[in-house]
Amino acid sequence: MKPRNTGDVEKVVAWAAAEDQPLEIIGQGSKRTLGRPVQAAHVLDLSGLTGVESYEPAELVLTVKAGTPIAEVEKLVDDNGQELSFEPMDFGPLLGVTPAQGTIGGVLAANLSGPRRIKAGAARDHVLGMEAVSGRGEIFNSGGKVVKNVTGYDLPRALCGAYGTLAVATTVTLKVNPKPETSATFVLSGLDDDDGIKALCKAMGSSAEVSGAAHLPAGVNGGSSSTVLRLEGFSTSVDYRFKTLQALLGTYGTPSRLEASETGALWQTIRDVKPYAGGETPVWRLSVAPTAGPQLVANLGEAFELQAYYDWSGGLVWLSCLDGSLHEAEIRAAIDAVGGGHATLVRADASQRSNVPVFHPQPAPLAALSRRLKEQFDPKGILNPGKMVSGV
Amino acid sequence: MPAPDQAVLARRQEILSALQAIVPGEGVIHDEREMRAYETDALTAYRQLPLIVVLPETVEQVSKVLKYCHDNDVKVVPRGAGTSLSGGALPLEDGVLLSMMKFNRVLDIDYDNRAVVVQPGVTNLGITRAVEHEGFYYAPDPSSQIACSIGGNIAENSGGVHCLKYGLTTNNVLGLEMVLVTGEVIRLGGKHLDSEGYDLLALMTGSEGLLGVVTEVTVRILQKPETARALLIGFPTSEDGGRCVADIIAAGIIPGGMEMMDKPAIHAAEDFVNAGYPRDVEALLIVELDGPEREVDYLIGRVEEIARANQASHVRISESEEERMTFWAGRKAAFPAVGRISPDYLCMDGTIPRRELPKVLARMRELAEKHGLGVANVFHAGDGNLHPLILYDANKPGELDAAEAFGADILRLCVEVGGVLTGEHGVGIEKRDLMTDMFSEADLKQQQRVKCAFDQKHLLNPGKVFPVLHRCAELGKMHVHKGQLPFPDIPRF
Repeated sequence: MKPRNTGDVEKVVAWAAAEDQPLEIIGQGSKRTLGRPVQAAHVLDLSGLTGVESYEPAELVLTVKAGTPIAEVEKLVDDNGQELSFEPMDFGPLLGVTPAQGTIGGVLAANLSGPRRIKAGAARDHVLGMEAVSGRGEIFNSGGKVVKNVTGYDLPRALCGAYGTLAVATTVTLKVNPKPETSATFVLSGLDDDDGIKALCKAMGSSAEVSGAAHLPAGVNGGSSSTVLRLEGFSTSVDYRFKTLQALLGTYGTPSRLEASETGALWQTIRDVKPYAGGETPVWRLSVAPTAGPQLVANLGEAFELQAYYDWSGGLVWLSCLDGSLHEAEIRAAIDAVGGGHATLVRADASQRSNVPVFHPQPAPLAALSRRLKEQFDPKGILNPGKMVSGV
Repeated sequence: MPAPDQAVLARRQEILSALQAIVPGEGVIHDEREMRAYETDALTAYRQLPLIVVLPETVEQVSKVLKYCHDNDVKVVPRGAGTSLSGGALPLEDGVLLSMMKFNRVLDIDYDNRAVVVQPGVTNLGITRAVEHEGFYYAPDPSSQIACSIGGNIAENSGGVHCLKYGLTTNNVLGLEMVLVTGEVIRLGGKHLDSEGYDLLALMTGSEGLLGVVTEVTVRILQKPETARALLIGFPTSEDGGRCVADIIAAGIIPGGMEMMDKPAIHAAEDFVNAGYPRDVEALLIVELDGPEREVDYLIGRVEEIARANQASHVRISESEEERMTFWAGRKAAFPAVGRISPDYLCMDGTIPRRELPKVLARMRELAEKHGLGVANVFHAGDGNLHPLILYDANKPGELDAAEAFGADILRLCVEVGGVLTGEHGVGIEKRDLMTDMFSEADLKQQQRVKCAFDQKHLLNPGKVFPVLHRCAELGKMHVHKGQLPFPDIPRF
């Protein structure tokens, strides 16, 4: 079913709730293979809910229909000298689907962020308001259309990352920011993982205002390793901060510099996990404290053959299991051993994603609370059943 | 407020003994004179003695207190430093007041991961104090930061001058530990980013003590900017000031702070601290730029150009740290300054789309006449968060009521122009009855269903935020209309 407006969505969901008919919620379907496979009798396709409701660059606020393609949203703000600072990643290359697909609703449902997450926050940090239809088939509004608001529970933010299992967003309001004038990347070559992450953390703790910090071990994106730090802003400031980093990280070697033209491509490669594109191996997305990244990878590397690289100053690890096995238990145990975090299985076939927990399992009280929350939004369990947790 | 439960009042002694068994010695306060200290928060127009005050020291005690209260249907009001301006910590006659101020330790400072773990009673400024010798700070800076607790900041999703550039509390919290009303302990997030599953961290932040009691907080810290400089800009009209703010943002500049004051506020502040504010302007703007030295110097020039292009009649640029602090002295003292010219004042807190500022200020002047009271305005210009200060005298019959009616009119006006009831102070009891002006019944019911997932019996801080308390059983009912697919016109594949 392809609703044309919020009223249609309300009708469909109310009917589905009355008749106990599960729905798979999609936008353009670009992320259908993220999460667990959904068993649903019907598909609710939101790609017809498109268009800008209001956009006032001077207010830093944009309101759009949830089915608006993310590419259109990004072009619109770009044309106005602005950006979505959370830099949503594109799973297309990694999952082997058409790149640059997806809707703004899907981006928020999966809380997709990119390398700038460490400075500017995640997708959820940029959500101000939402109109949505609950699994009860009721339209509700939450949040607002201004950048500062604490009126009532922060439902718009809480619906981010819920993969459409709590409510179907129909209209979203986002905070947008000015686009930086220019960017450059500070590159160190040949560092091992430990030194690479040390350099990144040192830079992140400095006044250089780094907006991307990644370490690509040898072989991930070329022959030798590269430790890369992105600087964005007014050109005079970028030059000045480049010197700040030079002085700070002098002991790690002589840096090279990528200018704005090359910087964009590099960070898109890092953001979209292009080093693993076109492959078949299982890929995990691990999130730990930045300093724990290298130890985690070293521990796992003793157990099986893998490839890994680091974003978010070492805290985000993209891990490819080169032997084709999932290693779920080892990976989750290894995360606990380095102080906690979480692991998400992002590339695997449908049967594998049905048989192991795709998302990090939660302790019993937290899992129970999450289930109760699901029941309050979707008592019949008709929205994307099983997408996140088996049987929920 | 909800009518006190007579059965609970009658069981006071029994409840007291049970709590004393959990929290020994001075951790339980029941003497009326000693409980007076807890009868109000910073919204001092409302006062109520609690049933009993309890000050636990360990997570285990918090868990046991909550479990006891849950099992025995006793209401609980969590409290931090009591600096809330919306009455969030106003006690209940039949409720236990749970003060978290003994949880005042910094547990872990991790510079490499730029994270600090603290207990909820640590003050906002206390976090910065713990890390500033290494050049770090905690960015959100509510005006009460010297006194307010980080746990309270979580409850209210506190903001401050810095939040246009650095975000509110919700954007700076990495994790927390909390205790549900059932006594269950839950941990969310940590030093890693973006925990999966439902974003309960987002729900907890700004939930005003209705969902759980925070016992530990992990926040991100930032390296202090290399430098900060400020401009003091006066305008002949508020329209000019508003346009200047919009043009600064349109130029791609996000200042560390951007504050505006209207004429009554300027005069009150200048009379109080002699900061050198011009008196012959309708609007005064303080723009602070922070960051790398060269960037700040460059942007000061850009902002000055923009100010001149917007008819600024006065422009001063800070040339020293001392001068920068002088610019801020008046703004930071605005509330006590207004306290000098009026026996009492109500501090409101609404947000509007910035373009509506001139209209809202004009309407506010009309409302001031209608209610026969004065008003002074200070606001976070960058994000449209207004703080009208309504001047009244509590000793004059009818003036408090008039002030509250005036305040309600202002907040309705904020909603009318596309804004919201509260930008950083929270709903509490102060704005509770205005919630229906901003949200529909369906909106409010869905919010209350969230409460039901956490607190089925409505025992945590009831009577705050929501004007009508619906029972969870009633909220859970589905109105189901069975039938055919009733919409043949919706396209199908």
